[in-house]
Amino acid sequence: MGEEEEKTEQVAPVLSVAPGPHISAARSMRRVMIDVLVALVPAAATGVYVFGWRAGMQMGVCVVSCMFFEALFQKLRKRPQTIGDLSAAVTGLILGLSIPWTAPWYVGFIGSAAAILIAKMLFGGLGSNIFNPAMAGRAFVQACFASEMTTYLLPGKIGPPRAVEIISQATPLAAGKFEQVAYNLQDLAIGTVNGSVGETGAIACALGGLYLIFRRSASWRIPLGMLAAAAVVAGINQALTDTVMTVGHHLLAGGLVFGAFFIATDPATSPLSSRGRWIFGVGTGVLVMLIRLFANVPEGVMYAVLVMNMTVPLIDRWTVPKPVGGRVQK
Amino acid sequence: MTIAATTKVPPKRSFARGVHPDDAKSLSAGSPVEVLPMPKSVLIPLSQHIGAPCESKVKPRTEIAVGDVLGDSDAFVSAPVHASVAGATAAATVVTLPNGQHVGAVPITASDQQPLAGRALWDDIYGGDWPTGTIDSFEPEQIAEAVRNAGIVGMGGATFPTHVKLARNPDKPIDTLIINGCECEPYLTSDYRLMLEAPEPIIAGALLAARAAGAERIIVAIEDNKPDAIEKMRSSAAGAGVEVVGVHTRYPMGGEKQLIVAVMSREVPTGGLPLDVGVVVVNVATAAAVARAVLRGKPLTHRIISITGEGVVSPKNILAPVGAGYAALIEYCGGLTDEAGRVISGGPMMGFALGDLDTPVTKGTSGVVVLTEEQTRKAEETACVRCGRCVDVCPLGLVPTRIALAARNMDWEMARRYYITACCECGCCAYVCPAEIPLVQLIRAGKAGMPRD
Repeated sequence: MGEEEEKTEQVAPVLSVAPGPHISAARSMRRVMIDVLVALVPAAATGVYVFGWRAGMQMGVCVVSCMFFEALFQKLRKRPQTIGDLSAAVTGLILGLSIPWTAPWYVGFIGSAAAILIAKMLFGGLGSNIFNPAMAGRAFVQACFASEMTTYLLPGKIGPPRAVEIISQATPLAAGKFEQVAYNLQDLAIGTVNGSVGETGAIACALGGLYLIFRRSASWRIPLGMLAAAAVVAGINQALTDTVMTVGHHLLAGGLVFGAFFIATDPATSPLSSRGRWIFGVGTGVLVMLIRLFANVPEGVMYAVLVMNMTVPLIDRWTVPKPVGGRVQK
Repeated sequence: MTIAATTKVPPKRSFARGVHPDDAKSLSAGSPVEVLPMPKSVLIPLSQHIGAPCESKVKPRTEIAVGDVLGDSDAFVSAPVHASVAGATAAATVVTLPNGQHVGAVPITASDQQPLAGRALWDDIYGGDWPTGTIDSFEPEQIAEAVRNAGIVGMGGATFPTHVKLARNPDKPIDTLIINGCECEPYLTSDYRLMLEAPEPIIAGALLAARAAGAERIIVAIEDNKPDAIEKMRSSAAGAGVEVVGVHTRYPMGGEKQLIVAVMSREVPTGGLPLDVGVVVVNVATAAAVARAVLRGKPLTHRIISITGEGVVSPKNILAPVGAGYAALIEYCGGLTDEAGRVISGGPMMGFALGDLDTPVTKGTSGVVVLTEEQTRKAEETACVRCGRCVDVCPLGLVPTRIALAARNMDWEMARRYYITACCECGCCAYVCPAEIPLVQLIRAGKAGMPRD
């Protein structure tokens, strides 16, 4: 092997030494994030179809702002740029999809600042954040711009809500809760109803979500647990009260499907073990329904996710999986 | 390729989780074993096993014959080492093995007159008849003693002294012996070629090992990506009372705990050994070495090694003396290609990268895999996003990312809470980690660094 050794000495080292495993099947973080972006396309397309170009504007503002704020933060902290992993773009797109199309552009901009600077980067960046950044950002602007965030107008009618047509302008959940009016299930499934930009099309959200699960870029346990738990609570409610909102209405209306597949599955802010994921999914689903039924707001996905985010360290601690061979170490 | 009609054993022939790397065995699978021409010198490490190292038993400049004892130890968990060539010894030195251990080593300059070479050497080790009729005439202790004196250790790579496994323990009776022919590491084909070309000594060794350990049942387990090896072993085992089963091709099937789950549906307790569930697992090459030690009275001096990978000019399977340099083996296979980027002792999942190609091969060297620079290139490590893929693939049901985090922070309480000592370091977690976190390295460092209790 004399030749090889000479080569090693003369030029840059030919042979590298590193710990195993020496091969890898890993998809890069960027690839995982691209999966999420692709999975969001049907929901985004539905939003643009139903609400028009301003829906696209909300997404664009949020994606660009989120990436801008992450780049800015890293620049100020003199750390390597991380926007290449596209996690900021995912946060931006989810945030853009979860605000009404009527909100002024600065709502998305400020929401992005809160999401990235406060909820994500101050906690240590990707993977270290406790709260789902998009939901934290949304909660921030919900508090700051209460009226802009709850004004749902039909497409093409930018302006203050009119007293007439209040039903057609309300979101399906608000209509059900406050007006005792149930929407057509078919409209709810397709998304031709009022709501935040990306949450109205239940089928579109589910399609993208199934793609994510098929690509193993999201846990299937969390969405399944969340939807099943919400269905059970809605079923109990339907059986015990004279509500117009059936199980189908609760499943298809509002942000439940969108949240189940795209928000609750955020790996950084959900548990690691499969048992933990079941608990997290079921807990989120129950909380969503409790908020919808008993709180003074029509929708509860955002608060449910944020509350459950706080329980993740505890769930992780309680659900350390049993190793093959049992818990007792000999 | 799956094998039909191998469902003699009711268990599901697989284990939960694990990974499916490309097995890449076609590079060397078709190459019959060639006997390495006698190297000019060998360097024989005095510790090629887990347990107490041997002390040198030879003086420098001594004429020695093949099979002479070079080193031995009084400790129970240890195995003597023998000369693999005839020649003259030089002063003992120290060598760094691929796993990082510094051990004493005896250099031997080979003489021109070797008793056996080429085909004759093969026949002496694996050829000829392997009569199984006389096996009942051996006492169990006699077999274990012969195995110890032959210096036999686990040749699948773990190098645990085999006589310790075979010694009968009245508190822990053994009912089943599993002969491990899984060879689940990608690329490696040495066990495969052995099963194809020398099934008889494996069967004979299995019967001897079972008698020593007191096992009534013998199961040869082979991954179903090697249907011809299953067929060959089955026809050799006919009438001998040895079952041959195909198990799913899934890494790390060849790990003892995974294999016992797959063929027996028994779980080895965390921190325990296979004997805790009445099982002993012995690699196929080890079984053949047992047969040779007992039936022919010969020590373990040679082994089959796969020299393979995209970075080798012509991949081969070679019968080589213990102590030959990796460089000599690679040279015999036409050398490295221009793209070669890493030389690995063992398989690409659990093997060790070599820094010095003049390192000697040992009893546990099942292969040398040379990967290209492109195959080993890794992205920069990024933060864990808790995606949970490591959890989804860990064959032991652990949470690798939490153990690695605990090890990195030297939080031993947390490391124990997540069962750090249960980790078998198979590498599935790091294989799939999108953040390129060196999970195995961190966990290994944690195991080494944590205080003993």
